[in-house]
Amino acid sequence: MIPLVTGAEVTFWIVAPLMVLGALGLLFFRKAVYAALSMAFVMVNLAVLYASLNAMFLTFVQIIVYTGAIMMLFLFVLMLVGVDTPDSIVETLRGQRWSAGLAGLGLLGLIVFGIGGALAGGPQVGLDDANAVHGGNVESLAALIFGRYVFIFELTSALLITAAVGAMVLGQHARVRPKPTQREMARQRMVDYAASGLHPGTLPNSGVIARHNSIATPALLPDGTISEASVSPALTSRGVILDSPALSRATAEAFAAIEGVKAEEDEE
Amino acid sequence: MSPDNYVYLAAILFTIGTVGVMTRRNALVAFMSVELMLNAANLVMVAFALARGNLDGQIATFFVMVVAAAEVVVGLSIIITIYRTRRSTSVDAASLLKL
Repeated sequence: MIPLVTGAEVTFWIVAPLMVLGALGLLFFRKAVYAALSMAFVMVNLAVLYASLNAMFLTFVQIIVYTGAIMMLFLFVLMLVGVDTPDSIVETLRGQRWSAGLAGLGLLGLIVFGIGGALAGGPQVGLDDANAVHGGNVESLAALIFGRYVFIFELTSALLITAAVGAMVLGQHARVRPKPTQREMARQRMVDYAASGLHPGTLPNSGVIARHNSIATPALLPDGTISEASVSPALTSRGVILDSPALSRATAEAFAAIEGVKAEEDEE
Repeated sequence: MSPDNYVYLAAILFTIGTVGVMTRRNALVAFMSVELMLNAANLVMVAFALARGNLDGQIATFFVMVVAAAEVVVGLSIIITIYRTRRSTSVDAASLLKL
């Protein structure tokens, strides 16, 4: 008997290792963005497997809904919460990683030998007859969805609307106190001035020095120190503000050198 | 091709998803692991739909996808709400119910 290698088998043995690798990326990538991208890779590969399993409708639903909508939603949320926060590797429960791995191995054994063993074998029918009833995969699925499963289908629409409303409710944040008006803010500034002497006017400009006038250049006070209020606190905490006194000292030295040359020329 | 190999692949993927939920601290990655588990179950259903010549498995997969979409929408907005108050997506950070 000639061993028959079908297209589905070739697809499986190419796609399955890639899927396992992508899934392992979900476990081992420290950064959440890499994990999300490897997850998207797994889902595209899964769509390929669906295609090889005669499920053309599900192939495209998988790509459109999972890879297109769900994973992109994940990426949007990652963008909102900040992509630069790597997962902490501190174990809050000691030995959790090892016990989780052991539990995973146990679960794998349970599924493969328990469920897999019970399901192995059985008839190999193929979908050709089932698809031929209504003329194709999509048509037969439509007949089932709008026939036998129509009530469940209607329920899913209720579920989707509930989910959308729920997301809206969770997404909007109620104001705890009313938004201050301009008049109230002006009054508050004067109260602060009276109480603590806080300057009520606008904050000082950033420094304008001979070769630097970026917003990261702090302004210099008359005594030569920098004014903290002239640069954004965000820049200060990021540590990117320039050393203004040193910059202005360089200018002063250049001027002094020129003046020195001039003085020498005058003497001659 | 018999569905056995698909069952084994789905078992591996499901296990990886389970271990991901148990070990990863980032709520988003843990959530993606849940999605991986759903996908593994979907793969088994589609494989058996082909093996048994029955389209019900594909229908079930379709409904799982719909439910997953709804679940992701609500889950992600919960994560964003938690992030807004705690400034963290770590699953260890939300511990207000801990005694």
